[in-house]
Amino acid sequence: MLPGFGLTLGFTLAYLGIVVLIPISTIFFKTFTLTWPQFWAAVASPRTIAAYKLSFGASIAGASINSVFGFVVAWSLVRYEFPGRTLIDVMVDLPFALPTSVAGITLTAIYAGNGWIGRYLAPLGIKVAYAPLGVVVALTFVGLPFVVRTIQPVLEDLDQEYEEAAATLGASRLQTFMLVIAPALIPALLTGFALAFARALGEYGSVVFISGNMPMHTEVVPLLIMSKLEQFDYAGATAIAVVMLTASFVILLGINVLQRWSSRRLAA
Amino acid sequence: MSIELKNISKKFGDFVAVDNINLHIETGELVALLGLSGSGKTTLLRIIAGLETPDTGEVLFHGEDASAVSVRKRKVGFVFQHYALFRHMTVFENVAFGMRVLPRRERPAEAEVQRRVHELLKLVQLDFLADRYPSQLSGGQRQRVALARTLAVEPKVLLLDEPFGALDAKVRQELRRWLRRLHDEIKITSVFVTHDQEEALELANRIVVMNQGHIEQIGTAEEVYHHPSNAFVYNFLGNVNLFHGRIENGRVFLGDTAVELENTHAHAHPDENGKAVLYVRPHLLEIVLRPNGKQTFPATVKSINPAGPQVKVELVAEWGDMVQVEISHERYEVLHLETGAHVYLKPKEQKLFVYQI
Amino acid sequence: MSSNSPGELKRPGTADPPAVRIALITIALVFVALFIFIPVIAVFTEALRNGIGAYLAAIVDPEARAAIRLTLMTAAIAVPLNVAFGIAASWAIARFDFPGKQMLLTLIDIPFSVSPVIAGMLFVLLLGVRAPLGGWLAEHGIRIIFAEPGIVLATIFVTFPLAARELIPIMQAVGSEEEEAAIVLGAGGWQMFFRVTLPSVKWGLLYGMVLCNARAMGEFGAVSVVSGHIRGHTNTMPLYIEILYNDYQFAAAFAVSSLLTLLAIATLIAKYSLERRVVPVKQAQEDLAVKVAA
Repeated sequence: MLPGFGLTLGFTLAYLGIVVLIPISTIFFKTFTLTWPQFWAAVASPRTIAAYKLSFGASIAGASINSVFGFVVAWSLVRYEFPGRTLIDVMVDLPFALPTSVAGITLTAIYAGNGWIGRYLAPLGIKVAYAPLGVVVALTFVGLPFVVRTIQPVLEDLDQEYEEAAATLGASRLQTFMLVIAPALIPALLTGFALAFARALGEYGSVVFISGNMPMHTEVVPLLIMSKLEQFDYAGATAIAVVMLTASFVILLGINVLQRWSSRRLAA
Repeated sequence: MSIELKNISKKFGDFVAVDNINLHIETGELVALLGLSGSGKTTLLRIIAGLETPDTGEVLFHGEDASAVSVRKRKVGFVFQHYALFRHMTVFENVAFGMRVLPRRERPAEAEVQRRVHELLKLVQLDFLADRYPSQLSGGQRQRVALARTLAVEPKVLLLDEPFGALDAKVRQELRRWLRRLHDEIKITSVFVTHDQEEALELANRIVVMNQGHIEQIGTAEEVYHHPSNAFVYNFLGNVNLFHGRIENGRVFLGDTAVELENTHAHAHPDENGKAVLYVRPHLLEIVLRPNGKQTFPATVKSINPAGPQVKVELVAEWGDMVQVEISHERYEVLHLETGAHVYLKPKEQKLFVYQI
Repeated sequence: MSSNSPGELKRPGTADPPAVRIALITIALVFVALFIFIPVIAVFTEALRNGIGAYLAAIVDPEARAAIRLTLMTAAIAVPLNVAFGIAASWAIARFDFPGKQMLLTLIDIPFSVSPVIAGMLFVLLLGVRAPLGGWLAEHGIRIIFAEPGIVLATIFVTFPLAARELIPIMQAVGSEEEEAAIVLGAGGWQMFFRVTLPSVKWGLLYGMVLCNARAMGEFGAVSVVSGHIRGHTNTMPLYIEILYNDYQFAAAFAVSSLLTLLAIATLIAKYSLERRVVPVKQAQEDLAVKVAA
């Protein structure tokens, strides 16, 4: 009865096709032009393996740090009143809004040996900039909003009657948290972790400055791909990208499954 | 265990929820806090539980001041309107919860926990659902599990917040009867909150009628229904007709008809003249075809609804008020009523309720 | 069902011990200070390191102005296009039933899960001089990669889902009754659209626009791949910042960064105030979806 179906769906599909589907498909077409040895050489070279390890390791580390501290931030924002609460609530999303190159140079300035924080860590022998630790810091930064914003609405919706019920039954505050509150939050926590992890895996701008891009040491996969592109090694770049894309899709699938599982579980 | 509330008051911002309440509940009683939303009944219940702290006053359990005792130490059983069953735990785990969170020294052995849980589930007739999750149960079943869960910690007092409010009418009635039987068996001091006067009248040993943070009347079902102490209570419990009249020289005038004040449950002074309101329940009015004695009032039939256990007749009284009367089908047959008929109304009770405005 | 009423004072049954509260708040404050506030302060401090004169000089520099122009132009193209797409897609998805709807939603989300570097690479592969399509275009004098059009395309790709993802749930939540009423009263399709549909989703629309714009102006990785880094021609502000930084012109790099940081803060404020209008509408729809699915 409503008009516009053909028009809107047509435009939608056409736009989707041109902007997203055709570009995405080129990578697969390009992959098929590679020979297997070519593909394997790019994907399994020591430098690439080192990059995978750093990417996955640092992304997991960053997402884990965010899961712990992001949870504390979300809990404090929802449950407590304190000066600056609204300011923090607004600014938590900064990593979403700030260009990654700005984040990159700023974090480098802070954590370099003579930087704001770096100068206190250097005497302790802790090297952040131009070291793997710097990559972890950058990836923590970019993933910060994901955990907080995934947990926050779930916490806000949590009916405090469950906690009151537990209290009337004699549970201490810690018992109530561990047995009643935490289980309800685990799906959201996992989703937030997965989102932060996925974002961290593909991150380029925040990392490229602070890491120093040293192959085999502080080179993450997006940096490696960029490096290959600059040398016009399109075949190598494509091969590595395909592996990354596949990993990203698998994670995306996992997130979707998680979200469906959690909404079913918590339906009363 | 007896409960004593002394001078309890509580405000939320500017809103006075509970205003200087004094109440004594005997051990083993089943008491209803009856009132509308905002009357303070739920707040009062939560204060007893320790889920709210009163601004003034004391809560005494068996004579001892419980005000400083935290909610988790008070050993009250609290049943919520929406059950608050832990969704990620099975029915068994829910009921066992209270025992499992006891301090190590007091915690019973696992075998004992199992025994008690099954005993309680049998008591509420849900033993066969022990391994299910709350989402798999009906509303009535969930509420029974919630009750079993509170009983598992052997509370001294049972508090229920509109326990059947979220259930269908039929299930509500079943559970009402079931709760009554349970209370007869266990005899635990119980307080429940409701806005349903039928529920209060049916279940409670005593009813506390609350309005805007105050207690209007405390009494048995019989007392509050048949001897309401003020207009609010009369109006709140059961259906009622209001007649507007005036008091003059010791008599109440409704239109041209007069009723001696001494023939009424008068909450009015015979010496003062002024406006008055008379209350009569629909089933306590008779319809007669001819005036008969001092207290018959003329009225005209407006509509008749014969569907139901009684016939509902709507009339307009001679002085203008609308009147609802319930008469038996047999009486209706005898009277041959039609709309527009002029009849007379005669109260069945000797005394009417008059309130001065 | 949440039973927390606004302004309700502490409920003893759910209160945490004061020591726990203070500890958690402190940890939260330290974490946020470390990762959010210190960087923001650092941007401005570093930008003004050589004094306000140098700061202003860096911003009005011709290359800086060219970068600002390109950034604004890119956003001016990418945002309206993606918002138009968002409106079309949300209308089709929310108002009609057709097979493959779920698949469509998944496809729309694809740019989100692609690393920006890979996103840029896609366009190089497709439209670079060596590619068949790109080669054909080059023969006809049309340069896309390593030129402005490539930057715009890459930006459109990475910001593609942002408006749609906000509009779809809003369009679903708002419902079609008003629009149907308009049709019955005789309104034409476009009249209904401009007078009824758009006003009813205006907050979600604004919200999507704000997010889309922030990302479009700030995109770095994808644009870095397609730009060729030709100074004065193919640099957006994020790229220009990189060039300055690699040239050791740190204060200038932070000066330009400060502009984007101010934009980011403005975006956050806009996001916060728009969110209050948008969330209740979406929440109602989510509640409905959960009830239907259960």
